[in-house]
Amino acid sequence: MNMTTDTHNPVPDAVPVLRVRNLSVTFDTYKGPVHVLHDVSFDIWPGEILGVVGESGAGKSMTGSAVTGLIEAPGRISSGTVELRGLRIDNLQGEDLRRIRGKRIGTIFQDPLTSLNPVYTVGDHLVETIRTHLPVSEKEAQARALALLEEVEIPHAKERMAQYPHQFSGGMRQRVAIALALCAEPELIIADEPTTALDVSVQAQIIALLRKVCKERGAAAMLITHDMGVIAETADRVMVMYHGRVLETGAVRQVLDAPRDPYTQVLMAAIPSVHQRVERLPVPEVGGGPVAKAVPWTPKEVAADASTANVRPLVEVKDLCKDYDLSAGWLARLLAREEKKILKAADHVSFNIRKGTTFGLVGESGSGKSTVARMVAGLTPPTSGTILFDGVDKWSPAAQTVAMRRRFQMIFQDPYASLNPRWTVEQLIAEPLVVLGITQTKEETAARVQEALRRVRMKPDDVTKYPHQFSGGQRQRIAVARALASQPEFIICDEPTSALDVSVQAQVLNLMRDLQDEFGLTYLLISHNLAVIRHMCDDIGVMQRGKLVEVGDAQVVLDDPQHAYTKDLMAAIPDIAHVH
Amino acid sequence: MTESVKQDVALPTGWKASDSPVKRAFAKSRLVQVAAAVLALLVLATICAPLLALHNPFDPGSLDLMDAFTPPWSQGMGEMFYPLGADDQGRDVYSAILYGLRMSVFVGVAAVALSLIIGVPLGLIAGYAGGWFDTLLMRIADVQLTFPVILVALLIFGIARGLLPEGYRDDMAVFVIIVAIGLSDWVQYARTVRGAVMVEKQKDYVLAAQLIGRSQTAILTKHILPNMLAPILVIATISFAHAIVAESTLSYLGVGLPPTAPSLGTLIRIGQSFLFSGEWWILLFPSLVLLALALSVNLVGDWLRDALNPKLQ
Repeated sequence: MNMTTDTHNPVPDAVPVLRVRNLSVTFDTYKGPVHVLHDVSFDIWPGEILGVVGESGAGKSMTGSAVTGLIEAPGRISSGTVELRGLRIDNLQGEDLRRIRGKRIGTIFQDPLTSLNPVYTVGDHLVETIRTHLPVSEKEAQARALALLEEVEIPHAKERMAQYPHQFSGGMRQRVAIALALCAEPELIIADEPTTALDVSVQAQIIALLRKVCKERGAAAMLITHDMGVIAETADRVMVMYHGRVLETGAVRQVLDAPRDPYTQVLMAAIPSVHQRVERLPVPEVGGGPVAKAVPWTPKEVAADASTANVRPLVEVKDLCKDYDLSAGWLARLLAREEKKILKAADHVSFNIRKGTTFGLVGESGSGKSTVARMVAGLTPPTSGTILFDGVDKWSPAAQTVAMRRRFQMIFQDPYASLNPRWTVEQLIAEPLVVLGITQTKEETAARVQEALRRVRMKPDDVTKYPHQFSGGQRQRIAVARALASQPEFIICDEPTSALDVSVQAQVLNLMRDLQDEFGLTYLLISHNLAVIRHMCDDIGVMQRGKLVEVGDAQVVLDDPQHAYTKDLMAAIPDIAHVH
Repeated sequence: MTESVKQDVALPTGWKASDSPVKRAFAKSRLVQVAAAVLALLVLATICAPLLALHNPFDPGSLDLMDAFTPPWSQGMGEMFYPLGADDQGRDVYSAILYGLRMSVFVGVAAVALSLIIGVPLGLIAGYAGGWFDTLLMRIADVQLTFPVILVALLIFGIARGLLPEGYRDDMAVFVIIVAIGLSDWVQYARTVRGAVMVEKQKDYVLAAQLIGRSQTAILTKHILPNMLAPILVIATISFAHAIVAESTLSYLGVGLPPTAPSLGTLIRIGQSFLFSGEWWILLFPSLVLLALALSVNLVGDWLRDALNPKLQ
């Protein structure tokens, strides 16, 4: 089974920092044992960063937990060994295990806010951790803590020591978490999705920092992530996991450029790239016959472009503004002599969407892209500005008709929250049909529901099931089916794939493309992921702090960004093609 | 390699069982089984009280004063056999418990229904609409919460009795006590439902319903309300047990149901006067039944909460 014969050994006689051999983890459930890890074997050498990638359920985090002895009942290590510098640690218990975990293995988690205690200052956290593991005085610990904060490049480290976690931004908190992991001078650092909760530009800084501290200290690191780009920029070697097994392990460049395993090959190809656009993404599936290939992009007929020049765009957004009043009540403001605090979530945003095309709105969290989407959808009233849908003002009384509502739909980010958990699939898809008066009889509705399900490649007998019985990707397909059932012309997609795995993302994006080709749909696609935007969109707009800073043809904007912010964004994206 | 992966892959998502884990939990947990059995027995006893009782304790004509204080499991002066003994009026404790249980359960169910009818709609509207209505309602709720439930019930009970003409007081006592307990308990429902609505209304499925132009009433009743069922049910079972205890407390304090139509609480009140003179059975048996009822309702309610959650199925 273990085909990943690990030949990588820089110094023949040396002992690896971490040696894992034939590790299996089993969960004892009422249905019998479930094996979540099978024969996982790998080594991490001093000063090396091993990237562990795979989709959700692949066993990446489970591997990390097994190494740190954090597997909880009913899970257990059923076979195999974990050795830290030749010392077997998988059978340690209680105090012995705790000492190893804090002192010799440092851990960095995804969300630094929940891993820091809000009632202690950052300095307290560091000093306490240092003194737990090292025999140093309070003063010495203080000095060490300060040095650590400086090492993780926190500006004004001395002043910030006395501050509380909530006074730090997400990226700064993650720096503190890294400093905490380094406190006891560990030999091994385990980072579980350390940048997933961060914006692209912050992510790039954290990746660089993580790499720097590992290299400088000669610590080994295990970097667990689903993001191939992060791996490419950080790791020395990569281990690809799928369903609890190691598919392949190798040098980062070799795995990314010439993966041996067919699943890895498609997984790589399924990741959209910012640099090129393909017609359809291949969908990875282990044992799914011949390797699926990406279908190259064919530019749409030029004739259409000439005609659209005269035709009115389907959606025209003009000077759209949305202000949120963040100030306290008028009385409190009067007493404190404060100015009104206005957040301009959208500030004079204007763009047009041509019929049958996809317009992408890209930006980091808080840039106002979702606010714009909600105003276009008619869910949030704008402070000023107009949205013309086929020439009709979206917020005028004339637009508040059933006929108008039939023409657009929305797909939301989180398929867990966008489907009512108490409704069956049939009820969910039928609701817009009945409410918008598209079908009159029960038979008609049932037929339409079936048709919508068929279009998103779901089974007809799924109608009686509840959303929780499906995986994330299937749920998003149900959400797409609901949006399509009323046959809209225009669909607003708010981060439709950001909660999904790469392979499921490929499925959903391909589906959206198919439907666009078939029915001439127009999309407004909101995403923070530039690669998804590049893959899907004809035109894009880049948003920063409520303003649309750059707008134009997708290829032109992304290949040759004019605005400084777009340039920064493009430079910050972790890219598979880019390796240290 | 790929072939073998496909065959014996054990997905974590494969844990989702076709048979419901709730049923398994029921089959596994002795405690829930016993509680459900006890509850079923008590409900059955409530329904069939006239058939199971040895005589009608509400009918003074069927009482034999000569048999007063007959100990449990013994023959009275006459023909009557008293399995759980007789009280100071010569009333069979076993029959009195059956009828008392009936009164207690009726008061409990009615009081819970009343506080549901008041609390749930108020909570729904407050949570969904927000604004001044929400603020006003929650301040009223806060004020009411600062008084103990029994005190509020006593207050309502006292006012209601004052308003009723003297001749009707005993006849209306049951309804007065239902209103008193129901009005003192709605706050819990309103607060819980309000909180849950505030969470639910942020979810995208509510936006999706707004997008196709569903009315606020439809969104509230068809989308949000079904998602409130689990918390409502849990509070309902707990407050059902509370209501029974509250009624018993009020009856014990002598302001509840009259001794001529005793509930479990009335029986306990009667019994405690004889606790130190050796007639322990008058107090003990009604108390045990009350305990069994309150406990079994709580346990079954807890289990039912999980059963009603589709995510656990």
